[in-house]
Amino acid sequence: MSRTLAEKVWEAHVVRHGSGAEPDLLYIDLHLLHEVTSPQAFDGLRLANRKLRRPDLTIATEDHNVPTVDIDKPIADPVSRLQVETLRRNCAEFGVRLHPMGDLEQGIVHVVGPQLGLTQPGMTVVCGDSHTSTHGAFGALAFGIGTSEVEHVMATQTLPLRPFKTMAINVDGALKPGVTAKDIILAVIAKIGTGGGQGYVLEYRGEAIANLSMEARMTVCNMSIEAGARAGMIAPDETTFDYIKGRPHAPSGADWDAAVAYWQTLKTDDDAKFDAEVHIDADELTPFVTWGTNPGQGLPLGANIPDPEQIADENERVAAEKALAYMGLEPGTPLRDIHVDTVFLGSCTNGRIEDLRAAADVIKGKHVASGVRMLVVPGSMRVRKQAEEEGLDKVFLDAGAEWRQAGCSMCLGMNPDQLAPGERSASTSNRNFEGRQGKGGRTHLVSPLVAAATAVRGTLSAPADLEN
Amino acid sequence: MEAFTTHTGVGVPLRRSNVDTDQIIPAVYLKRVTRSGFEDGLFAAWRSDEHFILNQEPYKAASVLVAGPDFGTGSSREHAVWALMDYGFRVVVSSRFADIFRGNSGKQGLVAAQCSQSDVELLWKLLESEPGTPVTVDLTDKTVRAKDLVAPFEIDDYTRWRLLEGLDDIALTLRHEAEISGFEGNRQTWLPTTDPLPAV
Repeated sequence: MSRTLAEKVWEAHVVRHGSGAEPDLLYIDLHLLHEVTSPQAFDGLRLANRKLRRPDLTIATEDHNVPTVDIDKPIADPVSRLQVETLRRNCAEFGVRLHPMGDLEQGIVHVVGPQLGLTQPGMTVVCGDSHTSTHGAFGALAFGIGTSEVEHVMATQTLPLRPFKTMAINVDGALKPGVTAKDIILAVIAKIGTGGGQGYVLEYRGEAIANLSMEARMTVCNMSIEAGARAGMIAPDETTFDYIKGRPHAPSGADWDAAVAYWQTLKTDDDAKFDAEVHIDADELTPFVTWGTNPGQGLPLGANIPDPEQIADENERVAAEKALAYMGLEPGTPLRDIHVDTVFLGSCTNGRIEDLRAAADVIKGKHVASGVRMLVVPGSMRVRKQAEEEGLDKVFLDAGAEWRQAGCSMCLGMNPDQLAPGERSASTSNRNFEGRQGKGGRTHLVSPLVAAATAVRGTLSAPADLEN
Repeated sequence: MEAFTTHTGVGVPLRRSNVDTDQIIPAVYLKRVTRSGFEDGLFAAWRSDEHFILNQEPYKAASVLVAGPDFGTGSSREHAVWALMDYGFRVVVSSRFADIFRGNSGKQGLVAAQCSQSDVELLWKLLESEPGTPVTVDLTDKTVRAKDLVAPFEIDDYTRWRLLEGLDDIALTLRHEAEISGFEGNRQTWLPTTDPLPAV
């Protein structure tokens, strides 16, 4: 029978099929841990006197709480420090490999896994973090789970799950210069809404997706959750294999050949049917930014702030009114006229080396606008090292930006990098929720290119605006 | 997990859609390593406004939250469920739930009752015109009842069964330990492990 990519990966991991209402039991190939969603799960194991079944399929790093300056000193916030220390104690007790602050492999969990070659096509990957969908860029079935499920995977290396529905996101045509993976996914979310993907695994397909680099594919899959989807996937191809080859945990020799032979079967059969299909024309896309307080409230940069009065659906109208009140914005204002205080370049969405290179290319030889601060936060210490070897740190520092250590940083208000109340940011992260980057903070989601151009002009801008 | 069959309590109307988990509990409250005491973080930003509905009598004592569509979107933080339960909520009613939130609720014994949006609107009107109206959520016949209103809700049969029985997921899975071991014995040998690599 013809199957989609998601269905193939699912079937290959069924330990037992559920009967009737009972879910399938799915085997998990890789479990990623961080300090925030794991302590109560470790506690649960201890209380029930259970072992962590497969420490050899589990890896941990510190990311959400870590400061991005002075990392050689103890974490100043005692509550954050305790959470990080708790992870260290738990990993030692249960035999889990941990990359702590200062380690070359430390960083955002979704940057670290692929970088080490631990994320491979056809695997099931979970983490107590919704952006686990990132790993789907390799053709893995990867999704975020809650702490109860973290404990469940620790104890059993499985999860009871009912199959997801499948949705094809066909992105045909070619992207114009200056338009990136971030613009694709923001446009997808604006099109299907923050609930449009609920219950689905999205499979991104089409010419524009096939032409994306591995890191750009990760950007797309990363934000699948922002459309409500459990996971996003892209069928593995030569781009995928080239990226994995030679990484520390990649197979080698005869194993490599066997793995590639299997990976090549991981694509949706020609006559397989998706439960839903969406089409996006890549040729039509332009740089995309959000204006509201959920990632679906986005528009092309050339547009104006929408007028809630013109929105027919009552729930959406009320949501737009509340969003504009929170964001301090007036209907009809051109998005390009919006001034920002802070530009954040980083996160599991856009904190990889290609993101830093793209932004550095825009900002090179220019300067951050007066009154604007720009934070550049590599997704991992290895990304930071590589950027420094390429001289990108110099480019950012010369432009007046801050060059930080690795972590989740200003993507979420959990560490010292936060917006002050009323402060406005252009951010390459993934969520523009109220208070996400700090209480009262106002977030516009953008691509690394838009972030860099915005830093130079001080208003939401694309690189092309710098040439005028 | 405590079994759930039926619950009656004060209902509170939350006229908002897209209530994401950052609103339910901001990240700053996620730094704790314990599993209790998250009630202070529930809707923290909104509750700092004295006009917010949960700050009004008699809604303060509510245990049934009636919210707009797309409740629980965003972050996977189970802390959102813990905060709702620690505050005293046993049920959230909405016309659409985010998948991870719904899953987390089922693990903890918080009932995520999916009603039609028209029934949600009727509940909102009733709870606003007659504050303090008790709402009964019956998991055996899958209905939400308040005054004369009877609203059917959807919940998947397996979660419903587990909630009614108060069963622990992990213990259920461990009944299949032999099958898990069997599966493990057949995994491809080239699949990666996280065992530290020898230094090069």
